[in-house]
Amino acid sequence: MNSAKASLKPEISADFDAEKIRADFPILKLKIDGKPLVYLDNAASSQMPQQVIDRLVRYQTTQHANINRAVHYLSEVATMEYHNARCKLQQFINAREDREIIITSGTTDSINLVMHGYGRKFIKAGDEIILTTLEHHSNIVPWQMLANEKGAKIRVVPINDKGELEVDEYEKLFNDRTKFVGLIHVSNALGTINPIKHMIDFAHQHGVPVLIDGAQAAPHIIIDVQALDCDFYAFSAHKLCGPTGVGILYGKAALLESMQPFKGGGDMIASVTFEETLYNTIPHKFEAGTPPIAAAIGFGAAIDYLMAIGIERIAAYESSLLNYATECLNDIPGVKIIGTAAEKTAVISFTIGGIHPHDIGTILNQDGIAVRTGHHCAQPVMQRFNVPATSRASFAFYNKKTEVDALVAGIKNVQKVFL
Amino acid sequence: MHTNSLYQEVILDHNRKPRNYGKLDHANHQAVGHNPLCGDRLDISLQLENDQINEIAFQGESCAICKASASMMTAAVKGKSRLDAETLIHEFRELATGKLDTNHPHHLGRLTVFSGIRDLPTRVKCAILPWHTLHAALNSLTSASTETNHDSAHTVSSKS
Repeated sequence: MNSAKASLKPEISADFDAEKIRADFPILKLKIDGKPLVYLDNAASSQMPQQVIDRLVRYQTTQHANINRAVHYLSEVATMEYHNARCKLQQFINAREDREIIITSGTTDSINLVMHGYGRKFIKAGDEIILTTLEHHSNIVPWQMLANEKGAKIRVVPINDKGELEVDEYEKLFNDRTKFVGLIHVSNALGTINPIKHMIDFAHQHGVPVLIDGAQAAPHIIIDVQALDCDFYAFSAHKLCGPTGVGILYGKAALLESMQPFKGGGDMIASVTFEETLYNTIPHKFEAGTPPIAAAIGFGAAIDYLMAIGIERIAAYESSLLNYATECLNDIPGVKIIGTAAEKTAVISFTIGGIHPHDIGTILNQDGIAVRTGHHCAQPVMQRFNVPATSRASFAFYNKKTEVDALVAGIKNVQKVFL
Repeated sequence: MHTNSLYQEVILDHNRKPRNYGKLDHANHQAVGHNPLCGDRLDISLQLENDQINEIAFQGESCAICKASASMMTAAVKGKSRLDAETLIHEFRELATGKLDTNHPHHLGRLTVFSGIRDLPTRVKCAILPWHTLHAALNSLTSASTETNHDSAHTVSSKS
């Protein structure tokens, strides 16, 4: 898809009607302090189109009840709509079966599910878990907790000066103690797209399962879990124009079946006595309690919305925005882009000589420009580049070139303030 | 709220040319302040004699708001008694969190340029960190964090 991105760029971005798309997003009409909102914090959370808002309203006003329980009309409708959302997600990532899609509260919850369900059952003292320097804290901390509990060891794949994984070093880390790989598909801090297909294949040659943190990839790259052959894949709705509080874990059915439950409660059981509980089948085994029904249905609507536009078209348009923004920022003296990988999503992390990212963020905010400043929950990446924090502009398909121009003007204003 | 009003010349000036920047060789009180949310870190060292702050210095990695706040703070408390410094610490915290009634008498003087920070909740901690750290140093706590309600929770050992 990376080569497709390059070749599709010129013709597709020309007919991509960003203005028409922007009209779907009511929040983009907001004014901040009298200035039009320039929302460039999409890697943290994307905005919601009216179609998804309407779907949530329709569910709450005409379809809501608890699922999988009662025999009444509303419960049956809600159960069916929730199931439909799961099927949409199955199709979105081309999973073999709908029961391979576990609805979670988000990527972090999904990763913790794998840590508890798989890690605590199968990883033992002396075993090694491979992670990368690019991981978000959510794919570091759970594994550290497990390693501390079990006496296992974390091995870390380094990155080069462009922010790309050193795949040779990754391969050298494997030995007969290697039992698990946790790998971020796209770096949230830098935008680097990792060569996960190759890395998954390599791990499988050693019989090691691989979890992919796809939180930053799913909005921008077509995900085909069967083609990737990953064992687990996790992402959140709110980075895909959906609601917060919901995400999925994809897992190969056989693996999910071999795992122990993460949370105990209603819905995840087949039968309960005080002597013994028989667990339900997947996916229910991992969905204890009333799930985020409304949010999951909203997630399904967001997938419909994105599929109607087409992830490939979205990626091509965003790529043209990235190229334009990269050129513009490179032209500003004093601005340094951190993360210059050959394959990137539309994320630009940058520093401005002598100016703290929090001051940059506050001053850009006075022009209505929303960027993220800080360590982006990826402190190992910051340490690698010897910076405490960066400013990050992350683009979505509803952003436009004039917003890049507004960012450039905003940065120049920041420099003027601190002259 | 207008953020322009926060980045006033006096703040920018203290950021550009921080006063009392560095570390005292003969400090008898010191503390390190952390803001774990942004990684900022501030060292404060001071010489306290007969309950009076004779010398004070700070250094560290931080944003302009934090640095200017630290610079103006050191200038304000130098030569003051411990009690007067604690009063300023209290008043500054109240100012930054929007609880200080500036119509009533207070001792903050030019430090009121930070009053705009109350409209930027995510930046309040930047302005307060030096004051937390000074409080820790005066009370022989060696560290302060913006993420604890009671600085003593992070006490390691006294260096006074």
